[in-house]
Amino acid sequence: MAETLAIIFVKCGAILVGLLTGFAYMTWVERKVVARIQVRYGPNRVGPFGLMQPVADGLKLLFKEDIMPAQADRLTYILAPAISLIAALMAFAVITIGPAVNLFGREVTLNLADVNVGVLYVLAMASMGVYGIILGGWSTNNKYSFLGGLRSAAQVISYELSLGLSLVGVLLLTGSLRPLDIVQAQGGYWLGFIPRWFIFLQPVGAALFMICAVADVNRAPFDLPEADTELVAGYHTDYSSIKFALFFMAEYINMITMSALTVTLFFGGWQGPLLPPALWFSLKVLVFLFCFVWLRATLPRLRYDRLMGLGWKVLLPLALANVFVTALAVVLKEMYF
Amino acid sequence: MLERFFQNVLVALPKGLYTTLKHSWRKPVTVQYPEEKLTLPARARWRHYLRRWDNGLERCIGCALCAAACPADAIYVEAGENTEGARFSPGERYGKVYEINMIRCIFCGFCQEACPTEAIVLGKVYEFVSYGRDGFIYTKDMLLEPPPDDSRRGQG
Ligand code: SF4
Ligand code: SF4
Repeated sequence: MAETLAIIFVKCGAILVGLLTGFAYMTWVERKVVARIQVRYGPNRVGPFGLMQPVADGLKLLFKEDIMPAQADRLTYILAPAISLIAALMAFAVITIGPAVNLFGREVTLNLADVNVGVLYVLAMASMGVYGIILGGWSTNNKYSFLGGLRSAAQVISYELSLGLSLVGVLLLTGSLRPLDIVQAQGGYWLGFIPRWFIFLQPVGAALFMICAVADVNRAPFDLPEADTELVAGYHTDYSSIKFALFFMAEYINMITMSALTVTLFFGGWQGPLLPPALWFSLKVLVFLFCFVWLRATLPRLRYDRLMGLGWKVLLPLALANVFVTALAVVLKEMYF
Repeated sequence: MLERFFQNVLVALPKGLYTTLKHSWRKPVTVQYPEEKLTLPARARWRHYLRRWDNGLERCIGCALCAAACPADAIYVEAGENTEGARFSPGERYGKVYEINMIRCIFCGFCQEACPTEAIVLGKVYEFVSYGRDGFIYTKDMLLEPPPDDSRRGQG
């Protein structure tokens, strides 16, 4: 019992440290990549290649004055960023970064909780995080924040549907919601060299999933809740200091989780030749994190009605069609082969 | 709608992504300021200085025309009488107190235009740094150029 508890604590610690470092350096990567795309250098003053920049930023945010608007609903105002961050951190609990390993004679799974509805759980937590944003926007009593929060709610309702449907294809193929099973179903190669990743069986599903994932974590071009040009900074306009940092962390950690989920569902998880599984997993996640930044540096923000139109009139029908075709194929395969 | 979506995702999106990626290989155009500096245009107008005649006497005669011309009201001049014992400028009077508030100044160059003796001119030093506002009040001894025989001469 004590041993199990100890293992859980160690895992919690590892996930926390990993995600927070990941967040810190993700901000660095983002600034660097966006800078290079804009033919600038990006942070390069604090430490070699500006590598200490996240530390400096973190300290700055910690020591900034914490301003609370007089009109704010105090309790909700304080709770909102915490909800966002907690949901973001919790979502990562079921992400499996490698096969179970044998440590000191015990079977240790490389995730915090081996839930058999893991994928569903991640989606649930992702939508929990939106409560933080909505409450944050509402509690500040500021019209810009409020609009940002409402937009976030509308956006999540429209994209969560397609997000859920887009991965039903994968679930039909594997018959499981457990990340471990899904990854194992993608083991091996076709013709000896094409990895049996679901991206090749579910290209439409994968594309839809990635589009919806970007919308789900409120990143450009779907960053309507923040929309600096019209809403100042959207739901976190009136947040400062460490509370702002919590929202900021939640966004980046959600990005990491969504990348990890994409890798698990469509890109063979930790499987790959030569390198250790966890390293493969991290590398693949990094590729998708880069894509998030790359997209942001490329695309302008969608207009709000276009965003809704895209969600309801394009992504949802496509996702439904994808589910239909996949289901048909699975049934036919079972009947005739 | 669907057709446009496919057009966008399959054609326009890759094109855009390729364009941005291409840019990331270019050498950044940023000037790394304290180490590198831009070359100023030939007629750049920055920090003022007060000139002297070749014999070392100050050009400023304390007429305060510069202060009158200044749209930002940045100049303060107080004239003093030259005496036989203490001669600063060739004429009757000289600029006893001469101050420019560099925070107010908009570097329009009207002062140098207005000056009858070409005493006040704008040079090329553009680094104004101070920890407090009073550090930006440039007094006469800061503005006046060194005498002709001084080795520090020739700024701006
Ligand atoms: S440059 Fe223009 S603003 Fe500055 S002191 Fe001269 S007249 Fe005034
Ligand atoms: S600088 Fe020129 S305009 Fe100004 S007080 Fe001196 S002489 Fe007159």
